[in-house]
Amino acid sequence: MSGGVDSAVAAARAVDAGHDVVGVHLALSRAGGTLRTGSRGCCTIEDAMDARRASDLLGIPFYVWDFSERFRDDVIDDFIAEYQAGRTPNPCMRCNEKIKFAALLERAIELGFDAVCTGHYATLIDGEQGLELHRAADNAKDQSYVLGVLTAEQLAHTYFPLGTTPSKAVVRAEAAERGLTVAQKPDSHDICFIPDGDTRGWLAEKVGTATGEIVDRAGEVVGSHEGAHAFTVGQRRGLKLGVPAADGKPRFVLEVRPVSNTVVVGPKEALAIGEISGERFSWAGAAPTAAEFACEVQIRAHAEPVPATASVSAAGVRVVPDQPLDGVAPGQTAVLYVSTRVLGQFTIDRTVSAVPAVV
Amino acid sequence: MRHYLDHAATTPLRPEARDAWLAASETVGNASSTHGAGQDARRVLEEARERVAAVLDSDPIEVVFTSGGTESINLALQGLWSARRDGADSIVLPDAEHHATMDTVAALATHGAFVRSVPVSAVARIDPVVFAERLPGAALATALIANNEVGTINDAAALSAAAAEAGVPLHLDAVSALGHVPVSFRRLRGHAGAGVGLVALSVAGHKVAAPVGIGALVVARTARLDALLRGGAQQRGLRAGTQDVPGAVAFATALELAEAERETESVRLRGLRDRLADGIRSRVPTAVLLGDPIDRLPGNVHVLFPGAVGESLLFLLDVADVAASTGSACQAGVAEPSHVVIAMGRDEADARSVLRFTLGRTSTDADVDAVLAAIGDAYLRASGSGPASRS
Repeated sequence: MSGGVDSAVAAARAVDAGHDVVGVHLALSRAGGTLRTGSRGCCTIEDAMDARRASDLLGIPFYVWDFSERFRDDVIDDFIAEYQAGRTPNPCMRCNEKIKFAALLERAIELGFDAVCTGHYATLIDGEQGLELHRAADNAKDQSYVLGVLTAEQLAHTYFPLGTTPSKAVVRAEAAERGLTVAQKPDSHDICFIPDGDTRGWLAEKVGTATGEIVDRAGEVVGSHEGAHAFTVGQRRGLKLGVPAADGKPRFVLEVRPVSNTVVVGPKEALAIGEISGERFSWAGAAPTAAEFACEVQIRAHAEPVPATASVSAAGVRVVPDQPLDGVAPGQTAVLYVSTRVLGQFTIDRTVSAVPAVV
Repeated sequence: MRHYLDHAATTPLRPEARDAWLAASETVGNASSTHGAGQDARRVLEEARERVAAVLDSDPIEVVFTSGGTESINLALQGLWSARRDGADSIVLPDAEHHATMDTVAALATHGAFVRSVPVSAVARIDPVVFAERLPGAALATALIANNEVGTINDAAALSAAAAEAGVPLHLDAVSALGHVPVSFRRLRGHAGAGVGLVALSVAGHKVAAPVGIGALVVARTARLDALLRGGAQQRGLRAGTQDVPGAVAFATALELAEAERETESVRLRGLRDRLADGIRSRVPTAVLLGDPIDRLPGNVHVLFPGAVGESLLFLLDVADVAASTGSACQAGVAEPSHVVIAMGRDEADARSVLRFTLGRTSTDADVDAVLAAIGDAYLRASGSGPASRS
């Protein structure tokens, strides 16, 4: 129970469904703030209080469990390391993968529980070959992407009561009707451990700054920066370029090279990616039997899924989208769908440009 | 039926204290008012003050009623620091004090206080010789008479004598000791000079079955101590605010009863305590009793469960209707690793693997039985789970 309206309503529905429910708030950050002053950040003392009061209303026991060390190791440190390696991490995926549906789930099972229930908008369906993870009924709120990293074993111990709800508005109305004080609480967004939303500033504090070069694809220096970790593929803002492009058009980050602390920029067309692949993958259920198959690939939580062809082997997953993808950064997660079903995911290690090599 | 083994956190209000509170609340008047109604309230208050002073073996004028242990400790430490003599800029602080002390001293440290820490032994005892070595020239010193987490009882007389000898004002935290060990302000103060040696002693009402919201700081006449709460001349100008007459009466009543029963109750509690400790160790052979095995509070069983997550143990016991503690509470509800356990020389993993059971006035054999019935299975589950057991 995060202290938000989704987990509160999810808990309420679980109680109504006859389950024996215990509310747990995860203490993930040792340096947590005290009060919610906006929509950013999470797990402040006020959030813990909101979660507690929701539990009180529902008549369920409430505990706060400290996973801050695991969170620091598996999510925060990984986040920093990925940026330092020139990749763009997705900490929410790591948190689901390592904390909520791993560390927490393991403890829950050891303490005698059957499942972890959350307010995620996603649906579990009993398919022919076992449990399947599907998108939520409300596409706008669908969070199946961030759950794409769960395995069959993990899914067998999850419960998502909100998946079939037509919209968030319905959830809020239900919360209000139930008397939950969090009914109108704003959703939190951005990264929970960077409460002011200034990822760049936060990274600079953790990783330090180091002046480096911004170069074009031909290697010409066109500007400088204060630390390659502040840039992500596809980024346009924040580039301080002394030399305008020959064609006068805006330039975008194409690549981040941490070893040389260099950022490579180029025109928008150069962002087009024709192929993505990765070695770290998982299946949200039974693994696909065919070595190659049609699917849809989604590379961000709110990106449009794109039709593609996936090739699978023990070595990894390779996906060729029917149309080039824009702004794909190594480190991002690619989630594969077949219709509404989540097949699985892989971390993007490699991208291949859709444009032939350059001047 | 809930089995409550967290009497150190709070203990059920004695019916006599509740009745005394109700009776006293019939007297209408602010004890500071000059008219008849005020005088009536004042009389009731001062009778209570005399009763409390008698139990604590001090003079009534030395008893300052507060809102509880935390306020008393804050008043003592901030008050002594504020009134310190020129040139004295250090605070002698043992490593295993209660958070009210630690946090207050930490705050003073951000305002220029130097902290001279005093290590404690492997059973969290303060060695008077080591303590004495830290004293010369300090602005003030503070120490627990009995450790609230692991129950170890210090040699308060020796600590007081050391402070007197060194000419340093001393605050003693008697919050956990009250009702379990004899506490005599007069005897502890001894023949210390004006304003030095034991000058302040903190006690809390709800630990001896008075209501939450009343406590006291015994302040020697010659203590140099500035007030924390200002706004009136009440209580020698040391603690402003309309005085809580019913609270003081309830406190006096509870304290008298606690003292009257102290010796017999200590024997009874020790019996339960030892059966609990032995029973835990026979069901969980790797469990270790922390704190001094002999010089410890009669109702305190503090156990290290190696490899088990304290949070998980607490949860499993709670499910079995057994209420225990990991030792210190916190605002967000997260069990902090115990600084006392770390001060005893153990690592952070151990500091997260401890449970404190404290017995009290209403504890019975059934409570001990309930723990013993649940602890074996709880340990098995809690030692397979969570970060503490993963390296």
